[in-house]
Amino acid sequence: MAETHLTPRNIPDRLEGRGARLLKSWESLLFVVACLIFLGNSLASPYFLDPWNLSDATFNFTEKAMIAFAMALVIISGEIDLSVASIIALASTAMGYAVQLGFDTPALVVIGLSVGLICGAINGLLITGLGLPSIVVTIGTMSLFRGLSFIILGDQAFTGYPDSFSWFGQGYVWWVFSFEFTLFVALAVAYGVVLHKTNFGRSVYAIGNNQTAALFSGIRVARIKFILFLLTGLMAGLASICLTSRLGSTRPSIALGWELEVVTMVVLGGVNILGGSGTVPGVVLAAVIMGMVTFGFGLLNVPGIVMSIFIGLLLISVIALPILWRRARRRLAH
Amino acid sequence: MMAKFLRNRELLLVGAIAVLLALITWRFPPFVAPANLARVYNDTSILIILALGQMAVILTRCIDLSMAANLALSGMVAAMLNAAFPGLPIPLVILAAMALGTLLGMINGALVWKLDIPPIVVTLGTLTIYRGLIFLLSGGKWINAHQMSDAFKALPRAELIGFPVLSWLSLVMIGLVFLLMSRTALGRAFYAVGGNPHAAVYTGIDVGRTRFSAYCLSGALAGLSGYLWVSRYAVAYVDIAAGFELDIIAACVIGGISIAGGIGTVAGAVLGALFLGVIKNALPVINISPFAQLAISGMVIIIAVAVNARAERRKGRVILRKAEAV
Repeated sequence: MAETHLTPRNIPDRLEGRGARLLKSWESLLFVVACLIFLGNSLASPYFLDPWNLSDATFNFTEKAMIAFAMALVIISGEIDLSVASIIALASTAMGYAVQLGFDTPALVVIGLSVGLICGAINGLLITGLGLPSIVVTIGTMSLFRGLSFIILGDQAFTGYPDSFSWFGQGYVWWVFSFEFTLFVALAVAYGVVLHKTNFGRSVYAIGNNQTAALFSGIRVARIKFILFLLTGLMAGLASICLTSRLGSTRPSIALGWELEVVTMVVLGGVNILGGSGTVPGVVLAAVIMGMVTFGFGLLNVPGIVMSIFIGLLLISVIALPILWRRARRRLAH
Repeated sequence: MMAKFLRNRELLLVGAIAVLLALITWRFPPFVAPANLARVYNDTSILIILALGQMAVILTRCIDLSMAANLALSGMVAAMLNAAFPGLPIPLVILAAMALGTLLGMINGALVWKLDIPPIVVTLGTLTIYRGLIFLLSGGKWINAHQMSDAFKALPRAELIGFPVLSWLSLVMIGLVFLLMSRTALGRAFYAVGGNPHAAVYTGIDVGRTRFSAYCLSGALAGLSGYLWVSRYAVAYVDIAAGFELDIIAACVIGGISIAGGIGTVAGAVLGALFLGVIKNALPVINISPFAQLAISGMVIIIAVAVNARAERRKGRVILRKAEAV
């Protein structure tokens, strides 16, 4: 997105100790919100804290969170990918088509992941190769990929997935821990390490803060951005496998509107939409919060659309509150 | 001469639409009959009105993802007003829809102006809030044709000098926005703020207030479109125009309005919307499945940005040639 802030980026007022910083961090705020929602949910329904129930609740965020991790990296690098939900639809359509041709589970997984990678590569090539703005390119590919699913499927649905395929969305690795949740945890650790502990992760921040400076300091900006778009494509392919397996069918309208939910999750997780800052733990907390809110409202029989009001208010208020707080403090100091 | 033609986005678009029409005529000659073209224009009118508002917002380096939700909420309120008070004069209902639309736009604008929250985040948030509010207001129920008064439904369809009022309204809006853009200080401020916000501040333009005005305009036009949409299709429900925000932005992008702000014209926005409208109306008559519409408009958007990107590239001092490429 175009830059909007006319003031310099936030520079800490003074150097603070590690403990104080942690307490004041975005992640602690999110942690408190998550605890409050847990408390609210368990007060609202006596069934909420049942382990199987909580395990069910994780399905509300695991698939979106997989994409949100890759999206977080893309947004930190100053770009955006709005085509992820359409990649899910296209990958799911391709897998459904393969089922009709008699392919079995291993082939389906390969097809799902490959379609994701190809779509990601198309985005990446258009954005880094031609130097086009990612928000517009991915609005275009979002229509294109979803449109291809509509051309193939029309108003039909693909079903008849093999039994072994259902494990990805419905199987359990150990006791109540579903395959999806395990994957979510593994990916959270992997993305956390990549973003916070490697040169690659540092380069992503550098690109988001100042692309030209990053280029001059020897970072291969175009290549890294291309890899990031490959990653969102791959994660969308992975999410498509889980979602298709969980639903057991493919419709062209599958995962409709998820791109905005994933972006909301990332921004709620404290990633600056203008690039340059954000953490993986923040995104994990935001995913849990959004999943638990959805689930809690479901327990209370509140329609999903009313939940969206809450998510919207949460998104705007968590971003507005620190700004208001900083202003109030400055006014008091004077 | 050819290069000059290629550099003029509006002429390029007129050319593209002409080629498109020629291709359609080759497969289905009656499409270019004046009566049919008027129908296509009428069908695209609402998209044109919305694209005008989005253009003003994008010019100031912002974006309004909440326009379709705003349209749906204003339209639902207009329909509910009409269902509850059938005697209320239609102009009052339209004014109410526009006032509500403006108010919703003001909320977006105020959050961007006063709190300095990035526009994409603000409108992403208000998009879900406005949609949710429709549900709260209506309880998820539909308002159907038989609950609306005849006058309410008849206005956009009524004929005036051979054309429906809907078409005339969009022409009036094009005229008004054109005057605003080319003849007023506010119109110039939109371009200045998007072209270079820092420079705009030094010339005495209030960047925040200008963006706020752009959101008010997009809100008012979304409110008007809300009434038009609901009365034209004679039904109001929660999911009206779901996903339409991306069509509106697509129309602007095809019309050569730079997403980075500062570049774009009223003619471009109108032509961009018409281009999408022609495609949408032509597909069924030339025997292409309407399911292909989404994929085709996706291709068109990508081609349009690729063509426009050449002209948009900023000409600064190039120290390292590769720095421009990324």
